[in-house]
Amino acid sequence: MTYPIPLVPETSKPLPSLLEPEGLLSWVASVDHKQIGLMYLLASLAFFLVGGLEALLMRIQLGTPNNTFLSPAAYNQIFTMHGTTMIFLVVVPMLVGFATYLVPLMIGARDMAFPRLNAFSFWIFLFGGLLLYYSFIAGGAPDTGWFSYAPLSERAYSTSTGLDYWALGLLGVGVGTVAGGINLIVTILTRRIPGMNLRRVPLFVWMVLVNAFIILFALPPLNAALVMLLIDRLLNAHFFTPASGGSPLMWQHYFWAFGHPEVYIMILPAWGMISEVIPVFSRKPIFGYEFVAGSSVAIGFLSFAVYAHHMFTVGLGHPFDFAFSAASMLIAVPTGIKIFNWIATMWGGRIRFTTSMLFAASFLIMFTIGGITGVTFAIVPIDWQLTDSYYVVAHFHYVLFGGTLFAVFAGIYYWFPKMTGRLLSEKWGKWHFWLTLIGFNLTFFVQHILGIIGMARRAYTYPDLPGWGTMNMISTVGAFVMGLSVLVFIWNIIVSLRRGQPAGDNPWQAWTLEWATTSPPPVHNFDRLPPVRSRRPLWDLAHPENPDWKHGK
Amino acid sequence: MLTEKNKLGVILFIGSETIFFTLLLLAYLYFQAGATAGSGPTAASSLNPLTTGLFSLFLFASSYTIWRADKSLARQSRRGLLLWLLATIVLGVIFLVGQGLEWRHLIAESTTISRNLFGTTFFTLTGFHGFHVLVGLVALAIVLGLAWLGDFNSPKSSAIESISLYWHFVDVVWVVIFAVVYLRLLL
Repeated sequence: MTYPIPLVPETSKPLPSLLEPEGLLSWVASVDHKQIGLMYLLASLAFFLVGGLEALLMRIQLGTPNNTFLSPAAYNQIFTMHGTTMIFLVVVPMLVGFATYLVPLMIGARDMAFPRLNAFSFWIFLFGGLLLYYSFIAGGAPDTGWFSYAPLSERAYSTSTGLDYWALGLLGVGVGTVAGGINLIVTILTRRIPGMNLRRVPLFVWMVLVNAFIILFALPPLNAALVMLLIDRLLNAHFFTPASGGSPLMWQHYFWAFGHPEVYIMILPAWGMISEVIPVFSRKPIFGYEFVAGSSVAIGFLSFAVYAHHMFTVGLGHPFDFAFSAASMLIAVPTGIKIFNWIATMWGGRIRFTTSMLFAASFLIMFTIGGITGVTFAIVPIDWQLTDSYYVVAHFHYVLFGGTLFAVFAGIYYWFPKMTGRLLSEKWGKWHFWLTLIGFNLTFFVQHILGIIGMARRAYTYPDLPGWGTMNMISTVGAFVMGLSVLVFIWNIIVSLRRGQPAGDNPWQAWTLEWATTSPPPVHNFDRLPPVRSRRPLWDLAHPENPDWKHGK
Repeated sequence: MLTEKNKLGVILFIGSETIFFTLLLLAYLYFQAGATAGSGPTAASSLNPLTTGLFSLFLFASSYTIWRADKSLARQSRRGLLLWLLATIVLGVIFLVGQGLEWRHLIAESTTISRNLFGTTFFTLTGFHGFHVLVGLVALAIVLGLAWLGDFNSPKSSAIESISLYWHFVDVVWVVIFAVVYLRLLL
């Protein structure tokens, strides 16, 4: 008697509905980069909502001095999970998701170099994240901050299993991220169509390439530190326990050798998105392509040379402090170069302020503010004064939210039509943008001041000093405005998926290859590809009398 | 090598793992340097470079046998490929058994991962190396199985080349660990 062998369905539709027969299986078993990219985006959006709720809980607690809404123990778990979630389960997967979706399309490929490895990367990230959240119902979430300094993180001081889940969950995410990095590098280096040399790939692809190399070398220190912590905690070893000769400082070195490059991992693809969006909505090619690409390579190397600026207060000694201080000032240069290139791109252009462009233009200002406050930390005595204060919190939210997340919003409004076939509503988009911009600045600008006048971070409450309560309340109000903006954003997505204006192949009259196919693209990506003789193949196609390659571009 | 995806992928993976092993080795060296007398077993008091050197020879030999396997593939000698792959696996298993015996001996003497920093760093370092050897053996066994079933009908196979690269990497890591942990004791 023969039994029908159930075959894993080959994806034949771009976005199979979950309601069709085998619809769910075709998503769960998919190795198609577009489906995997979308799953990354959906998962990171879900974690974003959870992380945002955690932030709102924190802001409620901090809204008034000496508040008792959250106990100290609960607060510690919430801020640890907020940071860990936003960094590992939102920003990185969202950027990896965009890269997974877009890179093969941008280089004219049919898929990534290793489609099954691609699927593995996604699912191990998802399970790592779920394992981390399981800790809430397994005795308590981790509560030692997203960078879990030793020896607080050792069993002697943290007896709940929260940290074990933290370390194991992050190991899963870390392994998946390295696999994703390898996949992206091999894809970019081996899967470009003829004519698409590395001087013609979209800048998003350049940023993803540099980023993938950073991932390859920055994640191993984290993985090493995490396994060492787990071995300490679960097998009673001594890596970081000072009482038995271990070195808490080693944890800091290993963690920040990962942690600093990690923040560049979190911004590089965002810079890539900005480099795609700004030229299209300025109707001008990017100014200084080689400088944007080259400065990113420089940042890739430098990012490993600045890590101990997170350790200025642990007594490394003046020579170390000097060296890392100088390197930290130096790394601002290639970043600044990019800002100038983006401004120069807009200069003299015919700017169209779509929602995407609104986010991209404000990115320039918000990220620059964050960058400037970052450079102030390079000056060691200033760092000594401001470390672990709300000035730090303000700084990194300006670069990560005002920077990365604004760029991601720009990217979402730009590429949502390509992914779904429908445009997001510009009306709701404008509401989303203004609520976000106002809410974000209300929340975080005052935190610079709070930090300077002495408010410490990661503390569940603060004393009733003059102005502290008022500024914290402003910050809390801003957070809720941001919460509202997120609701508007979700609403926009829902409404646009149902009734959004059909997008067509190239709604923005852009020039890179992902716009040379339908929206959404067919499973095999392209039926036909235009010849690639410059950085803007679609411009060349539409302007045969004045193609880019005639001008040596 | 920059255009073939499997080899490029394995090379990048090797680059990443090199950093990982370097950091574990750095931890070993850092705590070795700071070890004070009377803090329990040390490398000098518990390790035997000669016996470890003996079973290390089996792992080093396996790099030779896998090279012979590559050559057999190029000559399209199926029998050669199967034999040399099997030899590589056997040699790798002997290495792991030797490692296991060493561990058993140390643990019997109460030199465990939790005893002191020597134990912690030693078992972590050699443990992760042994794990990487095990993964390599699994990959080799799969290749052996496929070869047995008749696969690899062309003189070139990026799969076999990639796995060979990985296996050589695992061997080189052991060369470094053996030199730094054991050979130093002979100085």
